[in-house]
Amino acid sequence: MFIRLGAAIAAMALASGAAFAQGAKLTDPQIAHIAYTAGNIDIAAAKQAQSKATSKDVKAFADDMVRDHEAVNKQALDLVKKLNVTPEDNDTSKALSKQAADKLAELGRLSGAAYDKAYVANEVAYHKTVNGALEKQLIPSSSNAELKSLLQTGLKIFQGHEQHAEHVAASLK
Amino acid sequence: MRQGGLRAVITALALGAMAVPAHAATIQIVMENLVITPAEATAKVGDTLELVNRDVFAHTATAKNGDFDVMMPPNKTVTYVLKKASTVDYYCRFHPNMKATLKIEP
Repeated sequence: MFIRLGAAIAAMALASGAAFAQGAKLTDPQIAHIAYTAGNIDIAAAKQAQSKATSKDVKAFADDMVRDHEAVNKQALDLVKKLNVTPEDNDTSKALSKQAADKLAELGRLSGAAYDKAYVANEVAYHKTVNGALEKQLIPSSSNAELKSLLQTGLKIFQGHEQHAEHVAASLK
Repeated sequence: MRQGGLRAVITALALGAMAVPAHAATIQIVMENLVITPAEATAKVGDTLELVNRDVFAHTATAKNGDFDVMMPPNKTVTYVLKKASTVDYYCRFHPNMKATLKIEP
């Protein structure tokens, strides 16, 4: 049982980086889709936290995530509309969504302080993964200057979230 | 009646304006694209900080030493009168990668 759980955790850890580990060149409509999907994933996680979290700091953090990611995604939607670009679903978006659904279910089974800790730890890890992908893959691959600039703003926001999540994680110990 | 009321308000405003010490200045701090400008500023106790948020995200100007914690709603300007002399490192609580320093002289 414990060995199985360990194997499952190892598999998940491997999978969490895997969504972005493709070599294929991404197009702007795909990049827009990935960025929007990544934002929505964090909003869904935060909404779960708004109803499940017990710590005041964790609840406040979840409120911040909903507010910021909704604001970024609104900007992304406004931009694709302006550029007349239709975001295009792709393997990276699909892998991200699948992992996120599994994580949401896993967190959904926890409660109390255990949930708070697991949610915040996942926020640190998730923002780290997304920031790495923005820096190394999405920003360099994007061709439209406005999309690139929005992704760069997004990166700064999410780096802020990563640090904020680290502060909250430290306060839970 | 209405005119009299208006006159009273104007008089009150004029008196209020005179009550402000001559040396009090306004220091503008801008938060835009997750960057605080200027990164280093100098002010005096009694000066007013004009905190301009040009982002669609809420920010805060939060002193590390606890001297102030000002909420900055998206696309809004708020003001704060400096009360204590010290050199303050401040940051945004929501995005702690946004940092700057304010030197408040007595």
